[in-house]
Order: sequence, then C-alpha cells, then structure tokens
Amino acid sequence: MFYTQLGNYSLVFGFIFSLIIFFFCFKGINNKSKKIETNIFSFLFLQFLSISLSFICLIISFVLSDFSNETVYNNSHTTKPLFYKISGSWGNHEGSLLLWLLVLVFFVFIFSLTSKKHPKEYRILTIVFQEVIIFGFISFLLITSNPFNIIFPTPVEGLGLNPILQDPALAIHPPILYLGYVGSSIIFSSSLAALTQNYINKSWASHIKKWIISSWIFLTLGILVGSIWAYYELGWGGFWFWDAVENISLMPWFCLTALLHTILVLEKRNLLKKWTLILSITTFTLSVSGTFLVRSGILNSVHTFANDPSRGIFILIFLFILIILSIVIFFFFQVNDRPTIKKSFLFSKETAIMINNLFMMYFLSVVLIGTIYPIILEVLSDNRVSIGPPFYNKLLYPFLILFLIIMAFGTKLNWINSTLPKVRYINFFYLFISILISIYIVEITETKYLFSTVLFGANFILIIKTTEDFFVKNNNFSQNLAHFAFSIFILSILLNGVLSKEFSANMKYGDEIKINESSIKFVNLETINKKNYKSIITGFQIIDKNGKIENFNPEVRIYNQPEILTSEADIKSDIFSDKFLVVNLLKDDGYFNVRYQIKPFMLWIWTSIVLLSIGGMLSFFRRV
Amino acid sequence: MYGKKVKLRIIFLSLIFLISLLTIFFILKSLEENVVYFKSPTDIKEIIEISDKKIRVGGMVKKGSVVLSSDKINFIITDFKNEVNVVYSGAVPNLFAEEKGVVAEGILRDRNFLNAKKILAKHDENYMPPEVKKALEEK
Repeated sequence: MFYTQLGNYSLVFGFIFSLIIFFFCFKGINNKSKKIETNIFSFLFLQFLSISLSFICLIISFVLSDFSNETVYNNSHTTKPLFYKISGSWGNHEGSLLLWLLVLVFFVFIFSLTSKKHPKEYRILTIVFQEVIIFGFISFLLITSNPFNIIFPTPVEGLGLNPILQDPALAIHPPILYLGYVGSSIIFSSSLAALTQNYINKSWASHIKKWIISSWIFLTLGILVGSIWAYYELGWGGFWFWDAVENISLMPWFCLTALLHTILVLEKRNLLKKWTLILSITTFTLSVSGTFLVRSGILNSVHTFANDPSRGIFILIFLFILIILSIVIFFFFQVNDRPTIKKSFLFSKETAIMINNLFMMYFLSVVLIGTIYPIILEVLSDNRVSIGPPFYNKLLYPFLILFLIIMAFGTKLNWINSTLPKVRYINFFYLFISILISIYIVEITETKYLFSTVLFGANFILIIKTTEDFFVKNNNFSQNLAHFAFSIFILSILLNGVLSKEFSANMKYGDEIKINESSIKFVNLETINKKNYKSIITGFQIIDKNGKIENFNPEVRIYNQPEILTSEADIKSDIFSDKFLVVNLLKDDGYFNVRYQIKPFMLWIWTSIVLLSIGGMLSFFRRV
Repeated sequence: MYGKKVKLRIIFLSLIFLISLLTIFFILKSLEENVVYFKSPTDIKEIIEISDKKIRVGGMVKKGSVVLSSDKINFIITDFKNEVNVVYSGAVPNLFAEEKGVVAEGILRDRNFLNAKKILAKHDENYMPPEVKKALEEK
C-alpha cells in the first residue's frame, strides 16, 4: 500500500518536473550565456530519480505481492517464483509503459551529459523535444494506464501472470527492445533540434552516430531474444512467422539499418541531410506506432495479449501530434543541402549506400503493406484477411539476390570517386565456386529450381568476398564482421528453410511409430507437483536407421493460477542441427499430440545475429 | 526551350515515378494472390461458391467435440449460431482447448467441413474471437 502510494506520487512529481524543465529550457534559450543553466541538469536528474523510484516501487509491490495495487493483482500471484514476480512488473501493459518512460528519462539525462561539445540551443531544443515525448507518456500513464491504481477492499490473492510469459528470455526481451525503441526517440528529437538550429553537419553526424549504433544494437538483440523465446516456448518450431507483432519490430529495424549507413555519408561527405532527417523521423514514428498497434488490439495477430482500445486511441492522437510537429518543422526550416565539396560520382561509396537504402526502403514497404493491408481492408470492406509467409517470401527473396551481390562489391568502392575497379580474375573464380556449391546444395536438398541456385550463389559470393576482406590491411573490421555475420545469417535461414523436416502424430503411452527409416517410441510418463504448476514429463526415444537411440523428455505444465497449459519442448542442439520434440495434451483420453522436427542451422542463426551486433558494438567503440 | 539540366531532372523524376508505380503494382498483385480470408462459421454457410483457396475459420472449440485418433484430430468450431467440422493432422498450439478461441486455416471441403492445415490459438487465456464475443452477447 505504502509503495503504491509512493510510486504514484513520484510519477506525479516526474510529471511536474517535466513542466519545470520546459520552463527553464525556454528561459535558457533566450539567455545570452554559452552554457546551459545547471538547474536544467538538476531537474533532469530529479526527473530520472523520481521515475526510477516509481519503477522500483512497482517492483517492490510485485515482490511483496501487494494486491491492493491493481496491476499487481491482475498480473501476479503469491506462488509465483521471485524472479517472475520481478520480471512480471514489466510483463504487463502498465508496467511496460513505465519501463518505456524510465528509459526515456534515463536517455535524455545521458544525452544532456554527453553532448557538452555542441551548441547550447541545439542541446536545449533536443531536451525540449524529448520532454514533449516524456510529457505525453506520463500523461498517458496517469490518464489511461496508471500502474498504481488501488483496489479496495484488498483482494487476498492475485490473478497470476500468463505462464507463457514466465520465461527468462521473455523477462529480458522487453527491456532490451525498449532500449532500442526509445533510443530512436533521442535520434528523433536531436535531428529535429539540429534542423531548427541549422546544425546538421559532420560533427552532429559523428555525435548522433553513437546513438544510432547503440539503438540499432539493442533493437537487433531485442528482436533476437523475442525470436528465441518464440522458438522454444511457443513450440511452433520456427524462429520467424511473419506475424504482425514480429513485423512491427522489424520495420524500425530496416529503417534504423538504413540510417546507420546514411549517417556515414553525412559524417564523411556532408551529404544526404534531408534523407537522414526523414529516416530519423520515420524510425521513431514506426517505434511509437508499433506500440500503438500492439497495444490497441487493432492487429489481428496470434500474439496479441489482452488490450483496451481507449489506450490505442490515446497513443494514436499522441502519434499524430508528433508526426504533424515533425512535418511542420521539416517543411518550415530549410536544410542547407548544397554540397560544399566535390560532387559525388556514379561509382562511389555514396552510391552504394544509397542503393542499400533503396533496398531497405523496399523491404520496409513490403513488410509495412503486408502488416497494415489487413487493417485497411477490414475498415473498408469488412473482410478479415491475413497475409502469410508466401507473400513475404515471394516479394523479398528475388530482391535479396540483387541485394547480396551489391553488398559483396559495394563495400569495395571509395568515397567520392572510384574508377571502375579493374576486373580481377579471381572474382570469376569466386563466382565459379559459388555456383558450384549452390548447385551441389540444390541437388542434395532436391529443391531443383534455377531460382534457389541463383540465391545460394549470390549468398556464397558475399560470404567469400567478406571472408577475403578479413585478410585485407587497413580494413574496417567492425563493418566487415557485421557484413560477414549477415551473410552467414542469410545462409543459415536459407539452409534451415530447405532442410527442415517435420513429423506429427497423436500417441498413447507405449506407442511406437515408424517415420521413414527411423522410429519414435513413447516410453515414459510421470507426473510431478511443483510450487505453482503440475508437470507431466514424458519420455520419448527416437531410434534412427543406424539403431542410435536418442532420449527426449518434453514436458506439459498445468499451471494453477491462472489455470493454463503450456508445453516445454525438449530441444537437442548440436552445431549443425536442432532436434525439437514437443508434446501437447488436448484432453484426458491418454493421447498426446506429438510433434518432432529437425531444424538445421538454428544455432548458426542465433550466433550470426549475435556476431552482427558485436560488429555494431565494435564500431561503437571505434575511434574515428 | 528547357535547359539540359531541367530535361535530365524530368527524365529522372519520371523514372522514379515509373519504378515506384511498378513496385506498388507488383506488391499489390502478390497481395491478391496470397491473402487468406478470415470467416466465421456463419459466413461460411453464406458462401455461394466453394473454392480451393485457403481460408481461415475462427470461433470457439465446441465443448466435448474434440476427438483424437492416432493420426488426426476432429473438432467443431462454433460461433453459437453455426458450426463447422474440422479435421486436422498435425501439432496444435498450447492454448488449443475446448471452449477456447481458435483459428483454423485450411481448405473447405463443403459448407460443413474444413480440412485444416494449420491451427492457431491466441496466447491469452481470456481472449475470445470478436465474432464469438458478439454472438455470446446477443444470446
């Protein structure tokens, strides 16, 4: 009760501090002195403290199972393990928004500390824009989704957290993803501020580049953790389903990746200013609209959790205000886009990066159309539709071929002017090898299409070229590592796609079923009572054609609060392939619904994404 | 009449315009081909022609209707006005259960029978498909 009150009041204080910061910012901007008044820093710090305090209060309420707090009552239970009591505090709508807010105030505080070298007006304006966003989010929290609502009389027991969310991967997924999303808000505010101050130049670029890289890393890792969770917890045996909620995190990623490359052009060549701005605004808009679409229940997604339309409308209004604000600023302030230095030529790094951006925008528009088309159609014609993987595969793969080839050779070009590189005969040799390997793969996997040969071929060219680059002197190692990781990533998902095998059946205890040359046997069944669930552990044996036996112990958990069934897959991973066995209990008639899958190169997919972000991290710490 | 620069720009702009038009056309065309319509059992009763295109049927799993055998699962999707029989062989998601919301994707054999290729269930135990909610409220 006490912590709930305390949390609520410190949230209100955070709101008041926001207003005070506005006041000092306007005062500070008219001030003639070159420095920012220290009280802006103090209030930013106070705001950060008060929001942290309120977040800590929420965690304590969860730990103490204080059911007088409505959020705790709805999402917690006394029998829940401590770890999930803590992670449960951001596993729900209200708490996750409080976390959003916490990251927002934390980032603006960090920004104010790390931007000392830059003009005062630019810094103050960035803080103002950022405070507008914070102001909007605090009012959103206080009006529609306050995490500190009190229930009276106090209930004895809570409703419990959705067991699917009781998982370590999902405990860290939202914070990481939010760091990425919210990082884009700094990019947004800072580019608007820089635009009004006519400060879009090389030094701004190298300063905002750090923010872009760090949000890109967090977004990448956040998507990765979510994907790993979906892989083993949902038991679908895949890592990406082109589901609306997944797409929504992917769209800002495309945008941010484009921005990550464009900012280099701005930094080195002082070009593409308007485009950088458009990308920054778009990235942030996509992040906020992502939150809106997930929370509003508009999306017809299999992932959707309980939600409330009134919240969606609030975010929608807020989003419109932000977009209109940025468009007005964008059109009223002229960007000085006259290149002061030599023009770029057709064959140059600039062009290569432009082409990369074009591809990113294409991928983005495909995913965007695929995600919002069902919404638009439902509003217009009352037809409800869904768009599945074939749509994305058909539209993305052909362009991926071109993308991979250009990526292999584009990085070799110099800035400004690169004469057409001399034809090196070794490239023909690479091409020959690539085609040979891909023909071999296509042969053994029996996907005899010209198309897949070309796709694999393009991918192998990229792999060979990036591997070759590791041995070149004066090479940009971080970029090279990231590109190499990307090529391995594409290879693994392609191989995963063509080599995956699946088998499913309903089996009773003692059954044995033959699949091709191997067989699957249901050998064991036991029930164990745990603290907050009952566990049914099954034992299966897979006997392959050589007589080798492998044991699997997938589990079905029956949670008591709320009463819900989850399956825990048993996954045997080795370097080249995952064997995935999951069972499900439909009713009490002895039948178990069994699914056995062979998923090659799963470990490679995860590792390559981790390598990709390590590439990002290295470039973050690189001195230019 | 116009300078060389202006001409070049016009050509450049119209090229961009053409390319984006083509891209949009290309995307929309594959949308048409890959869209899966979502129907309730009542909608299905009103279908005039049964095509062999994939559709999704959403509703509640009728109480007591789930029957398992070694290679398939039979159940009935209901929106409390009409029902559709579903036969499915494969793995079902965690939250698939009687009296819970479900979405089955597959090909209609006739107005009462769906050959499902995929079963989807929401992750939220309180979730109910909107049309079922509506039907329940009307009852």
